[in-house]
Amino acid sequence: MSESAVTSCPFSGTREYPIKRSNPLDPAPELAEMRAAEPFAKVRLWTGQDAWLVTRYDDVRKLLTDPRVSADNTLPNFPGATPGMLAVRTKYPSFITMDVPEHTQFRRMLTGEFAVKKIEALKPRIQQVVDERIDAILAKGPPSDIVRDLTLALPITMICDLLGVPYEDQDFFHAKADLITDSRTPPDVSSKAIQELCDVYIAGLIERKNLSPTDDLLSRLVVNQLRPGHLTPIQLIGIARLLLIAGHDTSAHTMSLGILALLENPEQKQALIDDPTLINSTVEEILRYVDVTHNGRRRIATADIEIGGHVIRKGEGIIAHNAAANRDADAFPDADKFRIQRDARHHIAFGYGIHQCLGQPLARAELQILIGTLFRRIPSLALAAPISSLEFKETSFVYGVERIPVTWES
Amino acid sequence: MRVLIEQARCCGAGQCVLAAPDIFDQREEDGIVILLQENPPEESRADVLQAIKVCPALAIRLED
Repeated sequence: MSESAVTSCPFSGTREYPIKRSNPLDPAPELAEMRAAEPFAKVRLWTGQDAWLVTRYDDVRKLLTDPRVSADNTLPNFPGATPGMLAVRTKYPSFITMDVPEHTQFRRMLTGEFAVKKIEALKPRIQQVVDERIDAILAKGPPSDIVRDLTLALPITMICDLLGVPYEDQDFFHAKADLITDSRTPPDVSSKAIQELCDVYIAGLIERKNLSPTDDLLSRLVVNQLRPGHLTPIQLIGIARLLLIAGHDTSAHTMSLGILALLENPEQKQALIDDPTLINSTVEEILRYVDVTHNGRRRIATADIEIGGHVIRKGEGIIAHNAAANRDADAFPDADKFRIQRDARHHIAFGYGIHQCLGQPLARAELQILIGTLFRRIPSLALAAPISSLEFKETSFVYGVERIPVTWES
Repeated sequence: MRVLIEQARCCGAGQCVLAAPDIFDQREEDGIVILLQENPPEESRADVLQAIKVCPALAIRLED
């Protein structure tokens, strides 16, 4: 094929993936073009492999609930997200990369811990942490970095509480999580981070819980699952690693980007301040709109699948793009507008299908309390620097923003 | 209106409890869905439909 033939058709050839954003709060504009004209697109990953990129809401939901679609990242040609993610999942597999029935067996060891009523009971503690943090921010006076001082601090405190991890270790595990989820991290550096986090740190933590169990989730897993042999030490490390990393990064960045979305849409921010009962719909809209798992859910076909006039062949990789799906106007009218009064509850920011986020009741409670309290207590909150000057975590598996300098009328 | 659940499919995401707390609950030990009302009143229809729409495991059905 001549070069001119390739360039004459905007969708011929294979695109490099992921695709860079143009605006920090919006998915790459090419994703909207693909959703309209090429909802099943072939893309090329960092590994040189090709995979199907699926961008429409209905297609993404169908594929994520299709039993012929596997999350098993040990299958050949599985479309891994970053070298670190691939290495960690191979070494310490957790239920998010398993299929039925193994997935069911391991996930059910945890589902009770994150049940809606269990999380309901944690709300006073979440409120207390948020209040203390905002007290400190107000006492110090403007400016403040809302990421460091608030949005990272809350989920880290909660995951430490829940798992029984010492607070003083937060800088250590947060730094390792950052390395593992960033696609720029060289493989040897990822491997070292995984070794330090899993083989040394988490293994040591579990050993201490085994010697003297306390009232926390990790101790309960040690006593109820590890000791009777329902979990191997490697499996328990895999679960602990998943909860520790996924349990704080995603929530923190969703809160940070949600705050940015409100600050960038002042009439929406004012609507929330005027009517605090909008907090629940605000949080669902934030989840739909910002979508920190911005490079999609990774899967592989275990049989030929006919969908939308295409055939995804057995062994082909699939990227089900939940962020693009959440901007599909067929599912959310005026999808690119941030509107806190809309009913966005059917968004798929937490994924869809049996792997849908286990910690979502906790994430929701954190978001509702933190965002609601912040704008109630500091209604004049404003960015202290233009959004274009902020540094976004574009190369990370979990999208986010490094810092948000804010000011207010003191 | 009759609500049917498949506990074996449930992944304990808790979405149904948020959508329709009068109709769905979760087992304390493992978070799996429990049906509180098999024949809910007609005014609950929108909530049940919402629960069906957001259930990630496709574990809820409605029969009229």
